[in-house]
Amino acid sequence: MLRMERSGLMGVLVREVINFGTFWRASTFSAIVQPIVYLLAFGFGFGSLVDKVGGVRYIEFVAIGTVATAILFSSVFSGIFGTLLKWKYQRTYDALLAAPVSVSEIVTAESAWIGVRSGIYGCAPLIVGFFFGLDPTPGMLLVPAIGILTGFGFAAAGMMIAAIVENFDNTSYVQSLIITPMFLLAGTFFPIDQLPEWARVASQANPLYHCVELVRHASFGFETVDLWHTAALLIFAVVMWCLANWRLTGRLID
Amino acid sequence: MPAISVHHVVKRYGPITAVDGLDFDVPEGTCVGLLGPNGAGKSTTMRMLTGQTVADEGEIEVLGLPMPAESKAARAQMGVVPQLDNLDIALTVEQTLSVFAYLYRVSRRERKDAIDRVLQIGNLAERRDSRVDKLSGGMRRRLLIARALVHTPRLMLLDEPTVGLDPQVRQELWGLIGGLRAQGTSILMSTHYIEEAERLADTVLIMSHGKAVAAGKPSDLVRDLVGAQVTEVYGPQEELVEVEAQVKAQGYRTRRTGTSIAILGTESSNGELPEGATRVASLEDVFVLLTGEEVE
Repeated sequence: MLRMERSGLMGVLVREVINFGTFWRASTFSAIVQPIVYLLAFGFGFGSLVDKVGGVRYIEFVAIGTVATAILFSSVFSGIFGTLLKWKYQRTYDALLAAPVSVSEIVTAESAWIGVRSGIYGCAPLIVGFFFGLDPTPGMLLVPAIGILTGFGFAAAGMMIAAIVENFDNTSYVQSLIITPMFLLAGTFFPIDQLPEWARVASQANPLYHCVELVRHASFGFETVDLWHTAALLIFAVVMWCLANWRLTGRLID
Repeated sequence: MPAISVHHVVKRYGPITAVDGLDFDVPEGTCVGLLGPNGAGKSTTMRMLTGQTVADEGEIEVLGLPMPAESKAARAQMGVVPQLDNLDIALTVEQTLSVFAYLYRVSRRERKDAIDRVLQIGNLAERRDSRVDKLSGGMRRRLLIARALVHTPRLMLLDEPTVGLDPQVRQELWGLIGGLRAQGTSILMSTHYIEEAERLADTVLIMSHGKAVAAGKPSDLVRDLVGAQVTEVYGPQEELVEVEAQVKAQGYRTRRTGTSIAILGTESSNGELPEGATRVASLEDVFVLLTGEEVE
């Protein structure tokens, strides 16, 4: 079941790309504008109360945080809703699996495509940050790559979640219990070293925290700990890919 | 080598046995009709042939490849028309075919010709730029068939290909399927429309409760199981009950048709039967006799 072929991956990818051509405007608008609203609201709202955080201006701190937010939102929700739509409503997966395509090729190609989109969308807050005084640095060129890796993991997580929740209504539980705490406890809008010990320990298991740290260090200077952050994101992506394969195979092949 | 070979296949869903020891072959180049009422196990059988459902027991080979182990290789050589529309509604007709040309590994240089060819087969050339959600039900069905043909498959699986369509569109699709059959494509077609099976299938497999209850050429099944002639007797329900008891005592088999009693195999009767309308026996008589279900 996990054997993959280029033809299957390409076929699913082509379908995704052609379909994306029909809804890219709405999707891109939402993926870019939402983090910018966060950036402006938090940057100017809290920015008037807080001058600097961790040695950088608060709006620059938030600009980096919203990169991760953009990546999270554009990947996990695309994974969840896209999968539910294709599985339960349009029966697209039935059509794909009647062709020479495997579940693992579906999971891999769809996660990769969402990951690429997320990597691109993640740059939008960074670019907006430039207009508010964030200095461009060579390390920022790696932000799309960090976004793709993180986006791949969250897209696969979204596919796995869709296979578990089975309908749109149940996604509210996931959003309230997992995604919102995850994005608040990732050092996006405030540094986690101000949080209680348990929250700091928990953040190590939060992939978004590792994404935020990597993006921050890519912007302001890499550190040795970034090897751990990269490894954590890689492990997250691989584990989510395996779980998405497992759950979706259970749902699609009976 | 048969295009499809199914032996002693069983599929259970918890306490329900959807397919119960099914055996059949689809010889290469023939059209086999899988006929049965709703819930007979036809769709489960179809899904097992694409590897989307895995049999609990038994062996399945498609185009000589064991399922589900080699299902991808088998699926590359077959086309599947599902019972339920699973088209991408936001795509155009041409985009739909293009996606499936990629999925079915049609080479880059053959892709355009393949798409043009199936647009002609499906009579959709004029609508190549139309979005799927702007097509009529019949056009969408034709697109499903065209999509399944884009890689020139050796085997077609048609799961209730004309269900829910009006008679004109059904006739049109029968012409299309008949054309495939004439070209030598092996076809397995599930249906619960008797006329569809009678018109298109070389042989028919009648399923009931997950089992094959009869198999053969439609004309042979009719002759062997029903006879040449049927007499239908109409009247009030009480009278029909009496007629049924009387002819059964004489050794005839009967079936209820709602408003009448059909007495089967009356061609050799010697005037001992009640008065009724005689007609030629049909596959419908076989179907109802074996499955006990009314037909659509």
